[in-house]
Amino acid sequence: MGPKTMTMAKALNDGLRRAMEKDKKVLLMGEDIGKLGGVFRITDGLQKDFGEDRVIDAPLAESAIVGTAVGLAIRGYRTVCEIQFDGFVYPAFDQIVSQVAKLRKRSEGSYTMGLVIRLPFQGGIGAIEHHSESPEAYFAQTAGLRVVSCSTPNDAYWMIQQAVEHDDPIIFCEPKSRYWEKGEVDLDNPPHGLFDAVVRREGSDVTVIGYGSSVKTILRAAETGAIEGRSLEVIDARSLAPLDLAPMVKSVEKTGRLVVVQEAPHMASMGSEIVAELTERCFYSLRAPGIRVSGYHVPYPPSRIEDEYRPSVDRILDAVDRVMGYES
Amino acid sequence: MIDEELVQLLTPEGERVSHPDYKSVLSGEEIFGLYRDMAIIRRLCNESTSLQRQGQLALWAPVQGQEAAQIGAGRALAPMDFTFPSYREHGIAWCRGVPPEDMLRVFRAVSNGGWDPQKYRHAVPTIVLGNQALHAVGYAMGIQRDGAEEAAMTFFGDGASSQGDVLESFVWAASFNAPVVFFCQNNQWGISTPSTLQSKVPLYLRARGFGFPGVRVDGNDVLAVYEVTKRALENARVGGGPTLIEAFTYRMGAHTTSDDPTRYRIDAEVEVWKHRDPVERVKALLVREHNMKSAAFDEVGVEADTMALKLREDVLAMGRPDPITMFDNAYAAPHPLIEEGRREMIELGISAGAH
Repeated sequence: MGPKTMTMAKALNDGLRRAMEKDKKVLLMGEDIGKLGGVFRITDGLQKDFGEDRVIDAPLAESAIVGTAVGLAIRGYRTVCEIQFDGFVYPAFDQIVSQVAKLRKRSEGSYTMGLVIRLPFQGGIGAIEHHSESPEAYFAQTAGLRVVSCSTPNDAYWMIQQAVEHDDPIIFCEPKSRYWEKGEVDLDNPPHGLFDAVVRREGSDVTVIGYGSSVKTILRAAETGAIEGRSLEVIDARSLAPLDLAPMVKSVEKTGRLVVVQEAPHMASMGSEIVAELTERCFYSLRAPGIRVSGYHVPYPPSRIEDEYRPSVDRILDAVDRVMGYES
Repeated sequence: MIDEELVQLLTPEGERVSHPDYKSVLSGEEIFGLYRDMAIIRRLCNESTSLQRQGQLALWAPVQGQEAAQIGAGRALAPMDFTFPSYREHGIAWCRGVPPEDMLRVFRAVSNGGWDPQKYRHAVPTIVLGNQALHAVGYAMGIQRDGAEEAAMTFFGDGASSQGDVLESFVWAASFNAPVVFFCQNNQWGISTPSTLQSKVPLYLRARGFGFPGVRVDGNDVLAVYEVTKRALENARVGGGPTLIEAFTYRMGAHTTSDDPTRYRIDAEVEVWKHRDPVERVKALLVREHNMKSAAFDEVGVEADTMALKLREDVLAMGRPDPITMFDNAYAAPHPLIEEGRREMIELGISAGAH
């Protein structure tokens, strides 16, 4: 089919369509996903083509969206649940943590919890409260779950299909601020495995790791940094649970310096985990402590001032300067 | 128990009463079968309490008093139906064919589940109150999509009826007309919380507000429970939608072996319910109507004793699992942290690894 340029939203839409064509047991369920096509239009047109039995407009109850998807999984269906916004996932937290994550273990392998929970996450869209959060670490910390995040249309197209086919439950974090950015999608071959971290730009001074919306910000920082003579190696973590540490280790062993970027506050975050793992594995290669560039430890601010909360090019380059400032 | 809304076919004295909507047509042999189920479950439950008191189980959740509710409901199921229990549904598990020793694996603390839920079409126990009601509705939505004539049934108590998940499951079952039966055992107590604190209206009346029928049945009357459940299941299987059954019963024992009910309820209340015993009334019926001799009951007693002895032996034989088994089935696909944990355990000599 060759490559095609499209937005991340369209790539997710096409990816879901292809997953549904491949496997009749794949269902979509969520609020306003049918006629409306979802508030972000990710499921646009799918109910028209696959019917109301496969694209289910749900009553407004997140715990039930996930809880019934568990029952459907026991019956052999694979449900892709859409949680409308990150901040609305908490009513489903109990089902996700107590049931989705643990039922395979509890049933001693009898159940397969093949379900995907799509979570538009992170900020940057000028929204009101509860529409811009980064809850990924809550889920990454829970054994039994897997957490991934796409950052490009190509990844979005393939990762959603790979997630649907996977037999473990997956929290699929979509950077909503990137939904409308375009990129080339290879319709023939997946670029990577679902749980692979990927080097997005090679460099020699500092390894900068991020995921979701942060990847593009880091790439911009790398361009600006290059003008100032800083060579940033940019890694897209893609999989947050489990982390794909091998390419990160390889990079840090080369650069000796590490910065991790995330929109979540840094306390007990993905960034903390990445820094801890890489410190343990690359101790003698590191020439400076790993630094996290994060959201602040406050409730997500009113969006008029969210740009000062989310990691910016300046804050990333400031962190780069700091790790470059260590003598060894 | 004077309640005109309560479906009752057999009084506490074991006398049949007529009901305008429900009638028991079970033969003497079938009723004796229900008696046998209840007697065995009661005996196994007592054995399990003893095992806990002797330090052989971490915990036990007694079912005494609720045998008719569970056996009546359990025997009304068809083999292809699927059940979603809480943690006290030993009678349902029995009816689904789960071996008694498997029911005790959770309480022996050697498993978080205990049996193969797909094999017995009986889900693993759910300890978080009410979560399983949504699983049953989702499963029922799968039945609809498969075009199968099957039903899902879920069990919860008066305590769980306050949980959002149970109420959400009512909304979904109604909106999608799901083939599901909600079986609420109102045993009057959620540990120390009386059912009057859970609901200001009789629980079965809640169904009306959600748009489907609710029935209150004498939960200590196995004949009534059987008929009410059977009809609700049949209705669900042919597209009639959900039903809420409130089995009005009583938890004769403690919430679990860790509980002390003397701190919150009076003996007089327990005494009242003793006279409504679910097993005794069936026995009285069998003697009166079917001329059943004491030898037949004694035979069941011997059978139950034998099973209890086997259960004890099976439980005592359940050793400590190899610690490395904690990594089994956490994930379906390979996972680096699982491999890391396994490796560490072997390196530290905690486990030999192979099992």
